[in-house]
Amino acid sequence: MFRYILKRFLYMFITLFCITAATFFLMHSIPGDPLSYMAKKLPDQTRENYYEKYGLNESVPKQFGIFLKNIVTEFNFGESIRYPGRKVTETIVEGAGVSAAVGFQALFWGVSIGIILGVIAAYFRNRWPDYLIMFIAILGVTIPVFVFASLVQYLFTVKLRWFPTTGWGSWKEMVLPVITLALGSIAGYARYMKSSVLETINQDYILTARAKGVSEFNILRRHVLRNSIIPAVTILGPEIAAVFTGAFVTEKMFGIPGLGFYYVNSINDRDYTMIIGTTVFYAILFVAVQLVVDILYGVIDPRITLTKQE
Amino acid sequence: MEQQEKILEVKNLRVNFNTYAGKIQAVRGVNFSLYKGETLAIVGESGCGKTVTSKALLRLYQPPLVSVAEGSEILYDGQDVLKMNKKQLQAYRGREVGMIFQDPMTSLNPTMKVGDQIAEALRIHNKISKKEAAVLAVEKLRLVDIPNPEKRAECYPHQLSGGMRQRVVIAIALSCSPKIIIADEPTTALDVTIQAQILDLLMEIREKTHTAIILVTHDLGVVANFASRIQVMYAGQIVERGSTRDLFYQPRHPYTRALLDSVPKLSSKTHGELYSLKGTPPDLILELKGCPFAARCQYCMPVCQERMPEEIDLGEGHSVSCWLQHPMAPDVGPLNDGRKAGA
Amino acid sequence: MEELSQEQFRIIGIEDNGTEHSARKKVGYWQDAWRRLRANKIAMAALVLLILLLLMTIIGPHLTGYSYEEMDKASKNLPPSAAHWFGTDELGRDLFTRVWQGGRVSMIIGLFSAAVSTLIGVLYGSISAFFGGVVDNIMMRIVEILISIPYLIIVILISVITDSKDLGTMILALTLTGWCGTARLIRGQILQLREQEYVLAAEALGVSPFKVILKHLIPNTLGLIIVGVTFDIPGYIFSETFLSYIGLGIQAPATSWGALASAAQANFRFYPYQLFLPSLMIALTMLSFTLLGDGLRDALDPRMRH
Repeated sequence: MFRYILKRFLYMFITLFCITAATFFLMHSIPGDPLSYMAKKLPDQTRENYYEKYGLNESVPKQFGIFLKNIVTEFNFGESIRYPGRKVTETIVEGAGVSAAVGFQALFWGVSIGIILGVIAAYFRNRWPDYLIMFIAILGVTIPVFVFASLVQYLFTVKLRWFPTTGWGSWKEMVLPVITLALGSIAGYARYMKSSVLETINQDYILTARAKGVSEFNILRRHVLRNSIIPAVTILGPEIAAVFTGAFVTEKMFGIPGLGFYYVNSINDRDYTMIIGTTVFYAILFVAVQLVVDILYGVIDPRITLTKQE
Repeated sequence: MEQQEKILEVKNLRVNFNTYAGKIQAVRGVNFSLYKGETLAIVGESGCGKTVTSKALLRLYQPPLVSVAEGSEILYDGQDVLKMNKKQLQAYRGREVGMIFQDPMTSLNPTMKVGDQIAEALRIHNKISKKEAAVLAVEKLRLVDIPNPEKRAECYPHQLSGGMRQRVVIAIALSCSPKIIIADEPTTALDVTIQAQILDLLMEIREKTHTAIILVTHDLGVVANFASRIQVMYAGQIVERGSTRDLFYQPRHPYTRALLDSVPKLSSKTHGELYSLKGTPPDLILELKGCPFAARCQYCMPVCQERMPEEIDLGEGHSVSCWLQHPMAPDVGPLNDGRKAGA
Repeated sequence: MEELSQEQFRIIGIEDNGTEHSARKKVGYWQDAWRRLRANKIAMAALVLLILLLLMTIIGPHLTGYSYEEMDKASKNLPPSAAHWFGTDELGRDLFTRVWQGGRVSMIIGLFSAAVSTLIGVLYGSISAFFGGVVDNIMMRIVEILISIPYLIIVILISVITDSKDLGTMILALTLTGWCGTARLIRGQILQLREQEYVLAAEALGVSPFKVILKHLIPNTLGLIIVGVTFDIPGYIFSETFLSYIGLGIQAPATSWGALASAAQANFRFYPYQLFLPSLMIALTMLSFTLLGDGLRDALDPRMRH
């Protein structure tokens, strides 16, 4: 177990290094230079100062060395090019906190509601609850997030006036973004759990349990649920990734000052230091989440002994 | 045969599979009784309906896909299992009848400790605490000769060998001292050496507990020194039944004969090839007009293709469904030499 | 028992008793799969809908006589009418034409990306599985690294870097790591199949390794590939929509469903039809691909065969 985790950690660092390097060199291979969007209008002296400040006079590999050193030693991603004085790291930390508040809620509700709906759909297979749930699940995968967000906004803020349109601060402003973000997870989990439960129900050990005289409710609780939720952990990784990227849209639409909001803005602004910093941060987050999910899977499934895997 | 107490009686059992291709009649009117403490073997090729029959005894089938036809009866202690409500059924399963499944690799819950799986059965049928159940579960593991049962109870199924797992499955079936144990091909998925051990264990348990056993198997070799009575199934029907002795020494149905001929014998004088029955059983989706075995029977007669033979009692519990027993049938030697007396 | 004649009791044996063993026709794998798909009403409806949508993206832009680029300052933001079936946008362009023109682009992106990534994935996966050992190890490590990067982040990065908004770069960005999943799937499947007796038998008979892959393995994984493609296409269409929303998609006057929807999203309250129509097309396409994919998976899964 320990050796496995150690190995995974090593791979994680290799992966992160590759991503960081790729991001950095690709961004610096763009014709012109990072300042070209804005710096052209600047007088030469100011321009020189900028170059000095962002270390752009150095060779690209050296710049990369400095960049990497700053991340590792002090978790410093540099300064925004577009908004001088604004530290990328600060923006990331601030934004990530806000994003996490929405993201975790969305994930929590999405996964739990999705699991419940999936189990219900499996148990009522080919009857109306199944059809209704699968209809909702299909909606979740067929409607683009921003369209769904528009509809939700229109319905709950303009028509019903239950919630404010945009903004950040109170719980009321969290409800709609959480619903929007959770829809994807609900859909994904409902579909996955349905097939997982159906597969489990047909296993021989369910027959054994029935032959013992276990009631249907206890078969569901003790035998079906556990065995069908375990494989569902594997799609937790992709679901979390979907919540991350879904946040790009929802945060922009609902005006939430989260990481996704800054990321999309920095793309529109071509704020290169911000883009590099946020991308690397996302990569770290994502790779770490995957590692945690894999370890979690090994912990809850007694059949998997992580050391023997490979 | 002395008068014994019937504990299970199956009357006109019909089980259908409702597939998209049509209705498959897997079991077509099976009648039999089980007496206290006896061992009854149900023998036949795969697909003959023996497993379906045994599962139906516990109502272990999925309603929309598999259904039992109107008019079928499974009487346990005079009560119809097919008409039991949920509560009665749960009390019947495990408590009155235990079941051993074919494949120990898949018949245990992979995410539950084996001790807990036994304790679960114990706690359903007895008013005992978790702790008491755990202690009892270890006792049950000891009963099925699992070494170091305290430690094994804490194992997950994948940590045990196939033979060990089958012992656990047997321990679950035995846990509430049921009056009947149904063993569905309990040794098929195991190595040959392990097979013998498991059969010995079952015999030992029968000695100790006097439980009635229904042994479902395709292997007549397994049955010979284990069962007291045998019934041979073919295409969802019982084609011949009788004491193990009668069936081994005086088989009356060509199918029983064929099954016997395909078992290797040490004493066999012919050192040639082992007999093998040609062809496959009929497709059960079809309505059968004549004898289902006609297509593969070397004694097939025109009447066999037209009409279903009736069951003919040959005395002492031995009966057979075959036209060869009809007075008009030609003499084909041992299979029907005594037919005139019977008719 | 009514009359039984002695004639009926004459032994005819097995040879000429003429009884049919099985009256059910034996059907092959693809035939059986097709039959099962056809029996699945939902999947067939999805297939029909899909064909209709595809057809409309081909002929739709030519039906009205308007060009998708043609602006008409006199008729801005018109609601659907006899002259403009789907209405017009803020620059007075005919939306019916634009919706199907955009659909054409979306479909091309979906189909091409799926084709490219499947091709790469299948090749990569089979090579990796076939050679095994060190080659497999290195190739799979690479996939592991690629797959652990959030997909959309890569796409965004590539789009930002190339800063070009034509179809080619879009497809490149979308497929850059999109093939990894397919490669893994195919590798796993092939490794499993390789252990099977008939492949060993073929190898033992001296059939060349390459032929073994082509002749035995690929056809066996074809079902898997088809299902994968059916789910990939809408995935790519969806990703394109997303890119359009964050401003990295197809640029005007060219358009796609995603671009149309994201352009309309800002003024959605005043001109809901501008958002509704392209969104409906996206949803219908996603729906039909997803349902068809579900149907195909059920139809092609040999475990489901009775």
